Amino acid sequence: MALEVNGKSYEVDEEGYLANLNDWDADIANAMAEADGAALEDNHWEVINFLREYYEEYQIAPAVRVLTKQIGKKLGKEKGNSKYLYELFPYGPAKQACKYAGLPKPTGCV
Amino acid sequence: MGEEAIIKKFMYVNRKSPYGTIYALESLEVVLISAAFDQDVSLTFTDDGVYQLMKNQKTEGIGMKNFSSTYSALGDYEIKKIYIDKESLEERGLSISDLQELVWEDEDEDYAEKSSINLVSRDELSEIMNQQDIVMSF
Amino acid sequence: MSMLHTVNKSPFENSSISSCLAMCTNDSSVLFIEDGVISVMKSTKFSDLIMDSLSKYKIYALKPDLEARGLSLDNVIDGVEIVGYDEFVDLTTEHDSVQSWL
Repeated sequence: MALEVNGKSYEVDEEGYLANLNDWDADIANAMAEADGAALEDNHWEVINFLREYYEEYQIAPAVRVLTKQIGKKLGKEKGNSKYLYELFPYGPAKQACKYAGLPKPTGCV
Repeated sequence: MGEEAIIKKFMYVNRKSPYGTIYALESLEVVLISAAFDQDVSLTFTDDGVYQLMKNQKTEGIGMKNFSSTYSALGDYEIKKIYIDKESLEERGLSISDLQELVWEDEDEDYAEKSSINLVSRDELSEIMNQQDIVMSF
Repeated sequence: MSMLHTVNKSPFENSSISSCLAMCTNDSSVLFIEDGVISVMKSTKFSDLIMDSLSKYKIYALKPDLEARGLSLDNVIDGVEIVGYDEFVDLTTEHDSVQSWL
């Protein structure tokens, strides 16, 4: 499967996750969000950028509870809770945000 | 909801060197997945398993994913008990300083970092292993 | 016949290393690859065995496998030659045959 962005074609898996981490850029994230009928704002980018940093350091996409806890530590308790994260990413914060961040599906995500 | 949560003691025993076989990576994935179930989890590194935690792993040359940095995420997954078999290190001419330092963050103490590593003798390990409800060996 | 022996298992895992060394003759070489590279490290319980063999056979270890496992090249037993994939190929062609100990 492929995703078309700015006239370029990127390989994605059957669930729309980017096949190659290094292909990622902000335009790809925006295009993925648009296809889901969403627009990415600063609050989304905070989470997406956090996920990319986490992956860079640990080589895994964090499970949703780890994400929630770490967001709370980094961005404040008012953001480190499922309600806030689900409002931003209604398809599931780990799943959807990881997809926009160009990461593989989180380990342990069924 | 309303049911009493049953918490069992799980120990994952890692006995193989990384990369030569798939055991080390498989174990790590099982540990990360099962961390979602709120159990009392510990990890043991014994025999060649101690090599899994070696510092300075560089896998570009063998074309495999370097998963050694993922062990540092174990603390985020509430895994705070990591046992290293002292005799296994000695037989291999290694010391604890050859291995990564693994920590967890204590939320109640302003995210203070605390060590997860426990260097144990085989006798101590035997005692800890015998207190487990479930032991899984990789 | 010159023979290149390759050993890919950790000496702590099985007895390939001693079986292999027992079959070696004067024109044999031994190349340690994958988990086998653990065999050539200093201060393990197999170090003496390797040091004794060095006077009889050429012993090699594959560098990418040492590096992947975080095994410092400085801690490889003196006299063991550290080689890359290109030299692995050369060794294979320079010997009459290759025996892989699994």
